[in-house]
Amino acid sequence: MAGIAVSTTINGDAVEYLCQPDETLLDVLRDRLGLTGAKEGCGTGDCGACSIILDDRLVCSCLVLGAEAEGRRVETIEGMAHGDTLHPLQQKFLEHAALQCGICTPGFLIAAKDLLAKNPDPTEEEIRFGLAGNLCRCTGYDKIVRAVQDAAIVMKGA
Amino acid sequence: MRYIRPLSIEDAVGQLAGSAGTAAILAGGSDLLVRMKGGFGEPELIVDIKAIDGLSEIRETAEGFSIGAAVPCAVLGENTDLKKAWPGVVEAAKLIGSKQVQGRCTIVGNLCNASPAADSVPALVAAGAKAVVVGPAGRRTIPVQSVPTAPGKTSLAKGEIIEAILLDKREPRSGDAYLRFIPRTEMDIAVVSAGVNLTLDEHGVVKSARVALGAVAATVLLVEEAAEVLIGSRLDEATLERLAKVCAGACRPIDDKRGTIEFRRKVAGVLAQRAATSAYARAGGK
Repeated sequence: MAGIAVSTTINGDAVEYLCQPDETLLDVLRDRLGLTGAKEGCGTGDCGACSIILDDRLVCSCLVLGAEAEGRRVETIEGMAHGDTLHPLQQKFLEHAALQCGICTPGFLIAAKDLLAKNPDPTEEEIRFGLAGNLCRCTGYDKIVRAVQDAAIVMKGA
Repeated sequence: MRYIRPLSIEDAVGQLAGSAGTAAILAGGSDLLVRMKGGFGEPELIVDIKAIDGLSEIRETAEGFSIGAAVPCAVLGENTDLKKAWPGVVEAAKLIGSKQVQGRCTIVGNLCNASPAADSVPALVAAGAKAVVVGPAGRRTIPVQSVPTAPGKTSLAKGEIIEAILLDKREPRSGDAYLRFIPRTEMDIAVVSAGVNLTLDEHGVVKSARVALGAVAATVLLVEEAAEVLIGSRLDEATLERLAKVCAGACRPIDDKRGTIEFRRKVAGVLAQRAATSAYARAGGK
């Protein structure tokens, strides 16, 4: 089967691909485009490990069809650092040891980036609510919350 | 499976009506894709309605608001006029899923998924919302509560699409509220829920009311007897006590791992009281 031709923008670059009608955007990113930063945890929109930003909205890429990306803007974890310079959130996740196994980390970083873009000065409660769609079974969330708080301070000063 | 993205509602209706096998409408996909992956069968045709003109918009008209079928719930929460006019509807829509799900899920999807525990549905029913249905026979407008007929089943015929949800323009001194009980603090399915919508007269007496309960029957319940209890009152203690009793009596809940029949009845009464109190305050009552 030839599949559906899709033209989209991923991390600022024009990208074209062919996909099957029942293929998710997560599968397209990982299996066709080699962008393996977004992870498949549950595959049903519960864990947030596959979080991406689609036209300025945080979404689970496992609940988006590849065909739906036509003409839209996709941002993934691969677009977060600038060359060798980490995004402040990435830097603070390292400094605060806000990860252990790392499977949830790309999703948390994307969700935290979206959170701070919409609310640059969140309270701890707003951070915890804002990241409730991302599950981490290692850290107990506390270090993640501290890292996001710290990154918010850095980003406000920037 | 085929995926199509029609540009007009007529084309979408034609494709759905003309499909020989199973067909599904895709807006946010937060129920549809989960169902597809869960082994509940893949439809032969998916009709993505997001490219249809006007379906991704909230329009404010002389009659009120028209919320397009493809508007994600996150957008409802960002619309200050809608939030001011119908805070209960917006707070219900905002309770569906996580931030990630909010960016995709729609109130029409929530309605057509026909879960008895759908969060936005009791709030819409309390608000007296209507659904604009487009089908092969044309356009018709029906009350929201007539859409779900059983868990997972709707009254929509083959080829029919809900194009928009209509909310009336607000009379002065009106307020609505929605509350649910869940054992967690967020990201859970309602065990019991209640939506209340009130309009007061100039003396703060309730002149019209609608009370809806969720997750306590196979479909959402519009409890007219509860509304009658509220009308003519200022929500004094005796009225709230009667409201709780009537709501508990109207429930036809099931026993399951999330709550017993007895628990659901009691909580339905408590939530109705609290939602009524909140709606009353929002309407300017003291």
